[in-house]
Amino acid sequence: MTTTTSRAGRHAAESGTEGGRRGLLGVLEQMWLIPLVLVAWELGARQGDSIYFPPPTTIVTHMYELWFSGPASHLFLTEEAVDNLPPSVGRLLAGWAIAGVIGVGLGIALGRSKALSGYIDPILEFARAIPPPALIPLFIVLFKLGTQMQLATIVYGVIWPILVNTVDGARHVDRVHADTAQVFGLGRRQRLFRIILPAAAPKIFAGLRLSLSLAVILMVVSELVGATDGLGYLILFKQQSFDLAGMWGAMVLLSILGFVLNASFLFVERRVLSWHRRAQQTT
Amino acid sequence: MLDVVNLSHTYGKGPSAHQALGGIDLNVAEGELVCVVGPSGCGKSTLLRSIAGLIKPTAGQIRIRDVAVSDTPGDLAVVFQDYSRSLFPWMTVGDNVALPLRRRGGDRAARRAAAADALEEVGLAAAATKYPWELSGGMQQRVAIARALAYRPSLLLMDEPFGSVDAQTREDLEDLVLKVRELHRMTVLLITHDIDESVYLGDRVIVLKKSPATVVGELSVKLPFPRDQIATRELPAFVHLRAEVGRLVRGKDPFRPFQA
Repeated sequence: MTTTTSRAGRHAAESGTEGGRRGLLGVLEQMWLIPLVLVAWELGARQGDSIYFPPPTTIVTHMYELWFSGPASHLFLTEEAVDNLPPSVGRLLAGWAIAGVIGVGLGIALGRSKALSGYIDPILEFARAIPPPALIPLFIVLFKLGTQMQLATIVYGVIWPILVNTVDGARHVDRVHADTAQVFGLGRRQRLFRIILPAAAPKIFAGLRLSLSLAVILMVVSELVGATDGLGYLILFKQQSFDLAGMWGAMVLLSILGFVLNASFLFVERRVLSWHRRAQQTT
Repeated sequence: MLDVVNLSHTYGKGPSAHQALGGIDLNVAEGELVCVVGPSGCGKSTLLRSIAGLIKPTAGQIRIRDVAVSDTPGDLAVVFQDYSRSLFPWMTVGDNVALPLRRRGGDRAARRAAAADALEEVGLAAAATKYPWELSGGMQQRVAIARALAYRPSLLLMDEPFGSVDAQTREDLEDLVLKVRELHRMTVLLITHDIDESVYLGDRVIVLKKSPATVVGELSVKLPFPRDQIATRELPAFVHLRAEVGRLVRGKDPFRPFQA
């Protein structure tokens, strides 16, 4: 989990130091395969002429007609897009945020208290072992079908990487840092917010990033079961109404959503943890 | 000011137990700079950690101004050997120095000002907005000293403070300690394994022997102030003192040049 972040960080630092020209070339070097794949897909799909595999151009045109040809007052989104996109993204972010708050809070407590983690760790190990989709039937009974149940599924599914990483980060605060905090008599709040949280931040961010991609998965899973809106619902609905280009379009939307979320997260992480990346480079 | 009475500490229990401190008695007077010198691994750090309240000694007592202390004393500062782990890399140098000052009261601006003053005293006025890892090792240790200064402790503990810097930087930092100590009439207990350093810096040198650590000797250093890296070290009195400390550190072992 940590390797992914540090590798991403190093990569960012490299392109930063080697200047923009080299960075642009690097992007081009990595990107050349994408148009090639798209062209191959297009040709293959036209050749095959199967209704299950529409060519990309058909998918994109269809996506435009379905969702992005709305009035300017709605940011060019059609009614169908407005009905399905925001609820999905909202539930995803809300679930992720709730899991973040609970995961970091509980993780810090468990990481800093041996007694507490002694009691709770075994329970967590069992709870963690349950695949989140298996709990959907339970959540349907417990909560109302719809947003509540979907939120519960997302929170339950994405909390583990955050929790486990936070516990790890909070547990391994450097001894000299902890000694320094004690010697200079830092209060509880100062210790939490100025020492433990920043010290654990690289680990916490690694967990949050993993959780964000998990949240996309669980959002879709939860929307495939008895939902009335959302991207997952849209995929299912398009499939059931034999609009296969629409189904593919919803999948493309999902991948764009996942990409944008991950890129935004990296953008924020790079700023918040810039001290970490730069400190590691100097030592 | 500081009295350590019959301090003992044993790590672990049973057959694997290791006694690090074997009944140490020492005291530091108000305004005095005392160096504790001993071979590596003799329990010097255990002694310092006990005084700082970072470990609970198994027996004995620590008194500061005649009050027995069991927890970390409220007006004590420590300069650790490992500056890179003692300073917080996520804070600027200025914030590192100002962080412990909240306890001393005063608003944010006052704490900032106090931190700036302390940084100026160690010659790092311009570094307040930098991060610790942007500075050299010697400069980082100066920041750690500035943090201790700004805290205005009644007792400053230093644990091998110059063990991780090069010789030139080490001399500069030694003179910095002498300077700020003179300026603030601070009480300092400095732990080192370097015999020359203990004589150069100390008003008094306390020599420990190894496993378990006990005091084997104590020497008053009556060298003139201000001390000078070249002139002081060539004084016959300095040469004599370091020989005497060296003899105490080595113990009664005879000189055996052909044995490893």
